[in-house]
Amino acid sequence: MTDQTGLSGLVDRAALVTPPVVARRVRGLSERAIAWLFITPTMLLLLAINIFPLIWTIRLSFTNYRANRPNATVLDVGLANYQSILTDPDVWAAMTVTARFVFWSILIQTLLGFALAWLIDKKFRGHGLWTTLILLPMMLSPAVVGNFWTFLYQPQIGLFNYIISALTGAPASSFQMLAQVPLAPWAIVIVDSWMWTPYVMLICLAGLRSIPDYIYEAAEVDRASPWRQFWSITLPMALPFIMLAVLFRGIENFKMFDMVNLLTGGGPGSTTEVASITLKREAFEKWRTGYSSAFAIILFVTVFGLANIYVKALNRVKSR
Amino acid sequence: MTGLVTAHSVVDPSPLTKRIAAVVVIAYAVITLVPLLWIVMTGFKSPSDAIAYPPKIVAEPTLEGYCNLFTTRSRQAPDYMAKLPPPSGLCDRISRDRNMVIAGPSNYIPRYVNSLVIAFGSTALSVVLGTLAAYAFSRFKVPLKDDLLFFILSTRMMPPIAVAIPIYLMYRELGLSDTRLGMILLYTSVNISLAVWLLKGFMDEIPREYEEAAMVDGYTRLQAFFKVVLPQATTGIVATAIFCLIFAWNEYAFAVLLTSGTAQTAPPFIPIIIGEGGQDWPAVAAGTTLFLIPIVVFTVLLRKHLLRGITFGAVRK
Repeated sequence: MTDQTGLSGLVDRAALVTPPVVARRVRGLSERAIAWLFITPTMLLLLAINIFPLIWTIRLSFTNYRANRPNATVLDVGLANYQSILTDPDVWAAMTVTARFVFWSILIQTLLGFALAWLIDKKFRGHGLWTTLILLPMMLSPAVVGNFWTFLYQPQIGLFNYIISALTGAPASSFQMLAQVPLAPWAIVIVDSWMWTPYVMLICLAGLRSIPDYIYEAAEVDRASPWRQFWSITLPMALPFIMLAVLFRGIENFKMFDMVNLLTGGGPGSTTEVASITLKREAFEKWRTGYSSAFAIILFVTVFGLANIYVKALNRVKSR
Repeated sequence: MTGLVTAHSVVDPSPLTKRIAAVVVIAYAVITLVPLLWIVMTGFKSPSDAIAYPPKIVAEPTLEGYCNLFTTRSRQAPDYMAKLPPPSGLCDRISRDRNMVIAGPSNYIPRYVNSLVIAFGSTALSVVLGTLAAYAFSRFKVPLKDDLLFFILSTRMMPPIAVAIPIYLMYRELGLSDTRLGMILLYTSVNISLAVWLLKGFMDEIPREYEEAAMVDGYTRLQAFFKVVLPQATTGIVATAIFCLIFAWNEYAFAVLLTSGTAQTAPPFIPIIIGEGGQDWPAVAAGTTLFLIPIVVFTVLLRKHLLRGITFGAVRK
């Protein structure tokens, strides 16, 4: 086997350099010991860099601490932060904006991504090259992409407006994707879908390719129509993969910050102010650290709860 | 095979289906690539061509954007310019034409190197830790397995802005703030959930019989893991590594909030490249193009693994 990847070479070398002494010593290790040996480093890292900060955030959420005034007296305010967040109409507006953004972006990406994966799985000539090209947008940083799409969305000089005006006949300066209330949310959904449809596609493709040929061969023997094969073999067997892709995109888009921050910064007004933008304003512009910690906890509990329900459904689909 | 031999196997789509699929996929690819091509082309335009209306598809190519990306310049009075020795290089000549003098290198290269070190460092760490944990979750009876797996996933649900404040305070105590090591550890902790989940899926698809056969032949469990399971899982590991690499390379929220200088990566830096009178779009486009190249190269090299891949539960050697 030629070593094209470097990584597989590394793995082979790691296997070769496992010293015989170590190997002999661990021969006696029980499977249970190996399991803990393998899991513990991951858990320690997560405890140090995720759980410890989470506990810190919870503690701060019950105080009026401000990170820009480290020497001020910190008062315990009880549940006051939580109370004012849950009764704040701006917070509810941000949650609505976030929910709409998550729904539309995921719907578009899943439909497009699965359709593309299904077509690519037809294995036409050159599908490898085109798949690689389709994957390119998701390689870019959302921040860099958001920044550059502001250039494409420029009303007068932007390529996007120019193409739309060439297709529809409307003057290129007659609409502003990022500055008009009805258009700005769609401007973000377009960029997000442009970037992340390939991601959903790649995971769907993995799902489609995990379906063994013999199942289709059996269906063919039973003279099942292509339509029937799609609904009773392809879709159900790829479903756990599709659901996994939706889960990851859902969580990522719920937390969406970078692209929106660079495209609209939450504007015009607060039309595109998703939860993370509100959080950034509270935490790093108004410096209400305690208040924003409470908001962060509420966001976390929301995603955690929704994802928990979702993963249960995913497991049910998988075990079917 | 039975006596019934056709030109293509029953599961191979008909030529017509393939042709329709090809047309649709290629059309999508072309449309999706237009913005990227536009970025690359804008990098080779002059600032005035970049903001021309209607947008210029063909423009006189120039390296001004790249020169502006790598240098900082200052405007000088004409009499000062007249006294200078002849320009010493291409960028020098271009900036003289704009009545400017190169003042020094920009911060782009140091930011780019930071991105490289942090992305590859955290990817290596995530994949190593993720592979070990995924194998354990895939093969062994781990108490509270589902809860632990869900816990690992749940660490990804925290909005980065929310994590940033306590991380900043913690890193200041530990001397990790604005360091590459701090960012590597932080990105690893974010990536590990994806690594464990994806890799566990891949490991689950490798038949246990392979290891069991190896262990019957006298391998220990660890030897079977290194010599049987890992080679089988290569495709999955590589695919996972690419996902991790993309995340770390692209990350912006932590980078913009937690790094200010020595460890700042390229994403927070590229949007703040400004010229006289606003954003210097050719320089931004040039910076974006160079930022994209390593990932494109890496992906193209691994294309076969990614595509052939992901089937490997069914593929036998």
